[in-house]
Amino acid sequence: MWETFGFEFVNFYLIPGLVLGCIYALGAIGITLTFSILRFANFAHGEVMMIGGYFTWTAMVLSNDLFGIPLHPIIAAIPAVMLAIALFILVDRYFYKPFRSAPAIRVVMASFGMMLVIRSFVQAVWGPNQLTFVPGIAKPNELVKNLTASVDMMILVPNKHFWIIAGTIVIMLALSWLLTKTKIGKGMRAVSDSPELAKVSGIDVEVIVKATWCVGGFCAVAAGVFLAMDLQMLETTMGFRMLLPMFAAAILGGIGRPFGAVVGGLVIGLAEELSVYPWLGDGSLISPGYKTGVAFTIMVIMLVVRPSGLFKGRLF
Amino acid sequence: MSKLTALEITNLHAGYGETEILKGINISVEPSQTVAIIGPNGAGKSTVIKSVLGLLNVISGSISMNGVDIVGIAPDKAVRQGISYVPQTHNVFPNLSVTENLEMGAWTRKYGIAERIDEMFDLFPDLKTKRNKIAGSLSGGQRQMVAMAKALMVEAKIMLLDEPTAGLSPKFQAQIFKTVKKINENGIPILLVEQNAKQALEIADKGYVLVDGANKVEGTGQDLINDRNVARMFLGSKD
Repeated sequence: MWETFGFEFVNFYLIPGLVLGCIYALGAIGITLTFSILRFANFAHGEVMMIGGYFTWTAMVLSNDLFGIPLHPIIAAIPAVMLAIALFILVDRYFYKPFRSAPAIRVVMASFGMMLVIRSFVQAVWGPNQLTFVPGIAKPNELVKNLTASVDMMILVPNKHFWIIAGTIVIMLALSWLLTKTKIGKGMRAVSDSPELAKVSGIDVEVIVKATWCVGGFCAVAAGVFLAMDLQMLETTMGFRMLLPMFAAAILGGIGRPFGAVVGGLVIGLAEELSVYPWLGDGSLISPGYKTGVAFTIMVIMLVVRPSGLFKGRLF
Repeated sequence: MSKLTALEITNLHAGYGETEILKGINISVEPSQTVAIIGPNGAGKSTVIKSVLGLLNVISGSISMNGVDIVGIAPDKAVRQGISYVPQTHNVFPNLSVTENLEMGAWTRKYGIAERIDEMFDLFPDLKTKRNKIAGSLSGGQRQMVAMAKALMVEAKIMLLDEPTAGLSPKFQAQIFKTVKKINENGIPILLVEQNAKQALEIADKGYVLVDGANKVEGTGQDLINDRNVARMFLGSKD
């Protein structure tokens, strides 16, 4: 059973689906928080993911060239996170805040403009061509391989995928702690529930907005770095290509529901990968070229059938 | 030195944008008083409270709290100044637990939060057993209690209540009025806007009848209950 069905299904479809789901989930967290707290769809979110990858790559190169110390991408992502948060806060202060009391479409357009600005900036600084993020062939994690082989269910999870899944689990636990145990996290949930009531309860909404950019920026860089680790390369449209599935994940989970976004991300990642599994006969169920259409289809169905998402999110 | 008026509204003109709803309102709340504002729909009752809180445009007139001018103050600053406000609707965070709602009410408080939460559970014993329940899952009456407890988490110098009994069963209405009285007895002045005029006037030291954005009648709660015109118009009396 494992030889004929399980091995291929788990190693070539399920694990890549989970990895993709983790990346979507991390990106969707920022999108759903921005949507519910600041009330707009931030089109620049994918670009912050992308620039986070470039910042990380730069930190890795600088460390190696200047000090001869090769850094793991997860370590090199630390300064990248700080830069991305600073970028988010600066952009908010000068480009989004002036539109705070205007109709939401203006700030959505501002974010669309910011998306193009960030991408052009990256193209100008790092060039328009692909960069190798991590060279070499991805080797399976020996520990997981040996452990699972001993029970005759050999799982070949590449080290990069192991780090992506483990990293996502750690970030989810930290996020859960932040949102349910800390004052600022509870404040974020309160503003997400009702910004008007938050104001008349004395909550400093601007502090919450900054915290939102910090959490969103952190998760965006994590998603960008994990994506770059998965693809092993960087290119300037990688964030934009993730935008639609991330919105689909946020809508599927329910706007304003960070844990919904995680579930949404995993569902969409898995659905995309599993849609090309040969469920009927020998060929893929759908052609891999249409994989991204799966996210779009789920998003449209969800908006028609249950616009509040799986976890009863906010309706606009 | 005589005690300062807890809230003094003088010749207030206010509204939404350019639309003037209040046309020269005068209201004063003395320390330790409960003051009720009654009147027909659209008289501008809730607008008075929203003006105090800086939620809409004050065109002219003055609003002062304990002698300090607070016209045009931002809502979060108003809370910091000690204004405790319970909106009529959407007055709890539905996806936060009861305790978390109270913690959010205490956002501006630096210390003594746990003690204050315990005090609130003493004041609203029904909430104690529901402390970990999500506020959105509670009944209307219980939600109203969460909203009042949340608003009282600040060091309140005055409490503004916007129709706290709207849509509640008679049992809960009576309970809310009883609690309002109790809060006032603890030394917090209260400005109450109410549709249930008779019950509101029964617990009020003073009442104002607003009609079409202007003061119509004022007097002690009992005077207004006994006023035949007021009784006929607002208290359901057949005389």
